[in-house]
Amino acid sequence: MTAQLLTFYLFSGVILISSLMVISTKNPVHSVLFLILSFLNAAGLFVILHAEFLAMILIIVYVGAVAVLFLFVVMMLDFKTSINKDNILQYIPIGILIGVVFIAELIIVLINTKFDLTNIQVLPNPLSDFTGKSNTEAIGSVLYTDYILYFQLSGVILLVAMIGSIVLTLREREGVKRQVVSEQLQRQGKIDLVDVKPGKGVDI
Amino acid sequence: MINLVQTYFIEVMTIILYCLLIFVPLLLGVVMALYADRKIWAAVQKRRGPNVVGPYGLFQVPADGLKFIFKEIILPDGSDKTVFLIAPIITLALSIAAWAVVPVQAGVVLANINVGILYIFAISSLGVYGILMAGWSSNSKYPFFGALRSAAQMVSYEVSIGFVIITVLLCVGSLNLTEIVMAQKTMWFFIPLFPMFIVFFISALAETNRPPFDLPEAESELVAGYQTEYSGMPFVLFMFGEYINILLMCAMTTILFLGGWLPPIDIYPLNAVPGFVWFLLKVTFVFYLFAMVKAFVPRYRYDQLMRLGWKVFLPLSLFAVVATSSILFFFNLAPGM
Repeated sequence: MTAQLLTFYLFSGVILISSLMVISTKNPVHSVLFLILSFLNAAGLFVILHAEFLAMILIIVYVGAVAVLFLFVVMMLDFKTSINKDNILQYIPIGILIGVVFIAELIIVLINTKFDLTNIQVLPNPLSDFTGKSNTEAIGSVLYTDYILYFQLSGVILLVAMIGSIVLTLREREGVKRQVVSEQLQRQGKIDLVDVKPGKGVDI
Repeated sequence: MINLVQTYFIEVMTIILYCLLIFVPLLLGVVMALYADRKIWAAVQKRRGPNVVGPYGLFQVPADGLKFIFKEIILPDGSDKTVFLIAPIITLALSIAAWAVVPVQAGVVLANINVGILYIFAISSLGVYGILMAGWSSNSKYPFFGALRSAAQMVSYEVSIGFVIITVLLCVGSLNLTEIVMAQKTMWFFIPLFPMFIVFFISALAETNRPPFDLPEAESELVAGYQTEYSGMPFVLFMFGEYINILLMCAMTTILFLGGWLPPIDIYPLNAVPGFVWFLLKVTFVFYLFAMVKAFVPRYRYDQLMRLGWKVFLPLSLFAVVATSSILFFFNLAPGM
């Protein structure tokens, strides 16, 4: 047993346990925290695979940004009343059904593709030779050179989705006072500096 | 299993030794930083600062630390005890973990990894969890508001920090911290990228919850923010984590813009000085700037803070990324092209 194998079992063990805790803890905030723990350990698995760039991006994007917003929303919920765990057993049949379907699909896929890592070069890929490049460079050249069109398209789709959601939720409310910084800065001439004599006061 | 222990025992022991080599100077650095912070602040306000315990009040911080160690740890009734106690540990552990990739001299670094700058960015983006967990688990209004403010603030300013880092990376062509420093051999980056240096400095203040952006712990509104319910040792862990993060941001400024361990001019008496001395001097200088800002800039209002982050720094740094890459491309200056 090498250290690599040991760390692999450590990371994947923690992933399994924490994913189980995500669905079994009573407190939604704890669920999110366990979810974050499993994200972190998935990043650890990437590091073992020498995909350190992916690992860091996983942490920055999912743990550092997405999960924070998630935690934000869950913390705002009044979870004491919203979650009722008493009749949790009623969800078991449908859960088992989905699980069976999922496992069956996985098995079908694995049998049909003859899972063989040595054969992976046969797949139609436009990938160039990456020997001597760090994996940041490799991902960059694939994403921004070979697949630039798809990258740009997905970017545009995300932009449209973002603008769409902003437009849908934007409400113009009457009578709201807003600070306009440029107007404030241009107020010169309307302000007087007055040297107030003691005991005299000042006329406005 | 015995085989495994025999094979890796020495390696694990050396790693632990290296960790101590980082941790002990860092602890000393935090003590000195706390002292310097209070002294500079006092000097600006024409006070004397800590001057009773030890010569020039030098032992004030260890004395405070000792006091906190012997204080009782109060667990508020109705708090989420586990999360409450884990939060400060996470804060401290993350802030120390980021130092693993910081090079203090050519080749003197614990882990010289290829994605060093991304690693630091990732770890510092995790720092928000300590604060969020502390605020939520305290089960009290002020800590919760403090945590929400702090989380929103840190997430906002991380965006502009990310773009500033990208402008630097465009000039370097590598994510490795050592290579970032070596790329500044001819010219430190704060000269060509001066606006980004300013943006990074101010964002670093906001990221570490330093004044004038210390709204999460604005004592006039929120008692002590997310730390309100903490006492004794957990409070010390928060305090240390915060200051180690501040020192990390100083080191990041040094590495990204002030040429790391490189001497100002590469001539004889200056380049004979060992690199880590220059590094320490520069970090101290940046920390001095941090302390001065704390002393004479009034606190921001929260909407002003958000406006600065999203409406000023984000467009500015986004423009800088485009401008830098265009200039590098058209004048054929880009590394690796």
